[in-house]
Amino acid sequence: MLNQLTISELTARLARRECSAREAMQACLDRIRRVDSRIKAFLSYDAADALSQAEAVDKAVSSGADFTERPLLGVPVAIKDVLCVKAHPCNCGSKILGKFISPYDATVVERSKSAGAIVFGRLNMDEFAMGSSTENSAFFTTLNPWDTSRIPGGSSGGSAAAVAADQAIATLGSDTGGSIRQPAALCGVVGVKPTYGRVSRFGLVAFASSLDQIGPFTKDVRDAAIMMRVISGHDPRDSTSVPHPVPDYAAKLDGNIKGLRLGLPREYMIGGLDPEVKQAVDAAVRQLQKLGAELVEISLPHTDYAAATYYIIAPAEASANLARFDGVRYGLRVEGADPIELYSKTRDAGFGEEVKRRIILGTYVLSSGYYDAYYLRAQKVRTLIRQDFLKAFEKVDAIVTPTTPTAAFKVGEKSDDPLQMYLSDVFTVAANVAGICGISVPCGFTKSPKLPIGLQLLGKPFGEETILKLAHAYEQSTGWHKERPALG
Amino acid sequence: MDYEAVIGLETHVQLGTKSKMWCGCANEFGAPPNTHVCPVCLGLPGVLPVANEEALRLTALTGLLLNCAVSRSAKFDRKNYFYPDMPKNYQITQYAQPSTMNGHVDFEFNGSIARVRITRAHLEEDVGKNFHFERNSGVDFNRAGVPLMEIVSEPDITSADMAYEYLNSLKDILVHGGVSDCDMEKGMVRCDVNVSVRPKGSKELGAKIEIKNMNSFSGVRKALEYEIRRQIEVLKGGGRLAQSTRRWDDVAGITEEMRTKEHAHDYRYFPDPDLMPFVPTDDWLAGVRKRVVELPLARKQRFMRDYQLTKEQAEFFKTDVEAGDYFEKSAAIVLAKNPQDETRTRELRAVANTLIQQWRPRVLAKNARWTDVAVPGFSALVAVTVPFYQGRISSTGFQQVITEMFDSGRSDVETIIAEKGLAQVSDTGAIEKFCDEVIAANPGPVADFKNGKAAALNFLKGQVMKLSKGKANPALVGEILEEKLKT
Repeated sequence: MLNQLTISELTARLARRECSAREAMQACLDRIRRVDSRIKAFLSYDAADALSQAEAVDKAVSSGADFTERPLLGVPVAIKDVLCVKAHPCNCGSKILGKFISPYDATVVERSKSAGAIVFGRLNMDEFAMGSSTENSAFFTTLNPWDTSRIPGGSSGGSAAAVAADQAIATLGSDTGGSIRQPAALCGVVGVKPTYGRVSRFGLVAFASSLDQIGPFTKDVRDAAIMMRVISGHDPRDSTSVPHPVPDYAAKLDGNIKGLRLGLPREYMIGGLDPEVKQAVDAAVRQLQKLGAELVEISLPHTDYAAATYYIIAPAEASANLARFDGVRYGLRVEGADPIELYSKTRDAGFGEEVKRRIILGTYVLSSGYYDAYYLRAQKVRTLIRQDFLKAFEKVDAIVTPTTPTAAFKVGEKSDDPLQMYLSDVFTVAANVAGICGISVPCGFTKSPKLPIGLQLLGKPFGEETILKLAHAYEQSTGWHKERPALG
Repeated sequence: MDYEAVIGLETHVQLGTKSKMWCGCANEFGAPPNTHVCPVCLGLPGVLPVANEEALRLTALTGLLLNCAVSRSAKFDRKNYFYPDMPKNYQITQYAQPSTMNGHVDFEFNGSIARVRITRAHLEEDVGKNFHFERNSGVDFNRAGVPLMEIVSEPDITSADMAYEYLNSLKDILVHGGVSDCDMEKGMVRCDVNVSVRPKGSKELGAKIEIKNMNSFSGVRKALEYEIRRQIEVLKGGGRLAQSTRRWDDVAGITEEMRTKEHAHDYRYFPDPDLMPFVPTDDWLAGVRKRVVELPLARKQRFMRDYQLTKEQAEFFKTDVEAGDYFEKSAAIVLAKNPQDETRTRELRAVANTLIQQWRPRVLAKNARWTDVAVPGFSALVAVTVPFYQGRISSTGFQQVITEMFDSGRSDVETIIAEKGLAQVSDTGAIEKFCDEVIAANPGPVADFKNGKAAALNFLKGQVMKLSKGKANPALVGEILEEKLKT
């Protein structure tokens, strides 16, 4: 089945003319039709548009298009609902955007398209990327392909589930506190959160501007490396993107990790860690050691404060970022007697509980009289957390941790308890606060039910090459990534 | 009891950049509504701002012109409030670390030089414009995101007139510096006024009252005249004033209360995470420094000192910079050839007058610039002025020569004078001969003059001029005739 292929497998077949892009796209669409009523990864998709893009690719291939220049030629890539695609809806999993259609492409979308990708579909997510389960989507909850009574993780739950269920060859998501790595772990796929500044945020509807990064979901590490090369690099439209050279990540995946130093942070073996997760991660660490990596115990003393810091900075930025959704220029509008009433009625009807909670929290921590005690202090702690990591990276090339404390939980299990929900990001959130890069790669399963477990590798700023190399060597020596959920 | 006013101004000035502050849309007034807009300045989901470097340069340049320190690290903050003309519902502005601060402006006021200290000049973005129709309202976002500079003064201003003069001199500086056209008609300058009154001699400040969003300097003056009077009356009547914000109604000529301190906004400023701090390099700053121009007041003072021009002449060259530059080249010739004496002063002033009275209207009529080839050169200006003020050519001859120069592009003044026969006869021997002839031929008028009829002299003078075919220097003719008739 073409929809089950990886990027490298599919493009190889396309290049050899063993199949057409239209057939590959059709295979994904057929798969969506067959399984998405159970998974609910897609909010919407335009089959006719996707097929006509595929036909254009086939024309380009027959007139000799170059697959090395366009590494995603003919690859169906689906998009999280928080990234703008020209002439497609963009709702951010929220009611407030109404019938908004984006008039422009996000930079990552533009780059994917020029690399030949067939960009299609809108993937479900927690509203404005605020959540860890997709239960905060204003539309519906996406379900985990490994067990449809469970959540797929979040906020990019749709992006992870779609890859796990073979509905797309690869997808794009965004990660503000773990929103790529956590659902990748819970769905058994590969997910990368790039270094802050590595990938342009232009066209990503901002949740927390200083923490957000866009990254790929793929079926293996090589595909993640291919996607990373396409989407990375400086963008004149995003002044926080960094003009740091973009390596050919995939070309560096030689399986040789001998002598790479791996840090094991003392602080990450916390109480809430599930024994089966711990077992799988321990085994993965031994496997990496067997492959030639050296283990070094390290300390990240300010790690405990990462979540608290995150839950001040992220809502503060969000409270301003989401102010533009006011019913005046686009999206939902609920009329009022004056502008203030229009705003408050529109925002009351348009935003869900969690979004309102965070806007209020963010407004509070920025208010005069509280700014110094909360926002300013959080910024100072943020610096300490980053320094912890930078100091650790003087001794090690990467840091290894579990991606999540537990495997996928049941729908509704944590949705009434925001604090419990926040804890599912406990291992991922520090990377965003510190601005470093991270990847989640499958490292085993729980026994009963069989649920995926993810291994997180954290790298230094612009150290994507190293963590991709480690993840690839590990993956190739185990084969966990080849397992697929039984969806029929 | 006598009261005095304490006034500080916040002046918003649109910068003269080609494009807007965060996007490539044109910074242009007067286009049909919502035609200079894009996803960025409309605040669509997902867009990011990228700072316009020229706007940062013009802000630093303003800082240098206003004697401010230019920050080595400037930051942008978000100022949060909801209003329909503001696409993002926050305004990006330099709050905590402005581009430039701590300067001053000197200007002429009441016959001496006054100084107002400048707290800061910072960069921010303009907002859109609301329009209200019969049944609904609309917003034009053409102005949204236009780079706007806010110049905040210390409360050093003590009267409505002083505020008016301060604003005019500020405008002069910004226009001459190429920072902004400061076109009031196009809303390029807007003011917020902070004013309080206190008993004369008191050190304590009264309740600060802000009058928002005024778009003319004369409006500022009128509003201040009204508001100062109003505040003094309240205090004299035993009333109290509270910190508040008011609005100036230009038609009614009064200020009205908008909100009091209790309803003041909490703007929840915080650093904009979409923009990196701006850290100018030495090269960048040197580039800005090259664009610093002489301040208008300094220029006026220099023209009076170095060229001994009159106040009015110097004022003219302060305002018309190109004409002033042209004059300076002409003046250099005069200075080089004359020692420092009264002749030199007379000649410099005469050259200035020729430029202002003869050159300028012709340059304007040609719709030319002072540097155009169509305008006779600065040495020609001196060449034509000297024979005139020395009396070698008459006023009519002078104008004829200049007209010829502008018409044909010639600058050979002496040849033109000769060709047109415009030279006045100043040779006393020749004039004496004419006089003798006329005296001999007109015994009647000569007798009349000797009998005390002064008017007869004019008749005789006319006869001499006629005899010389109009070329005799009339002043000399008068002198010589009188001398001869006395004996």
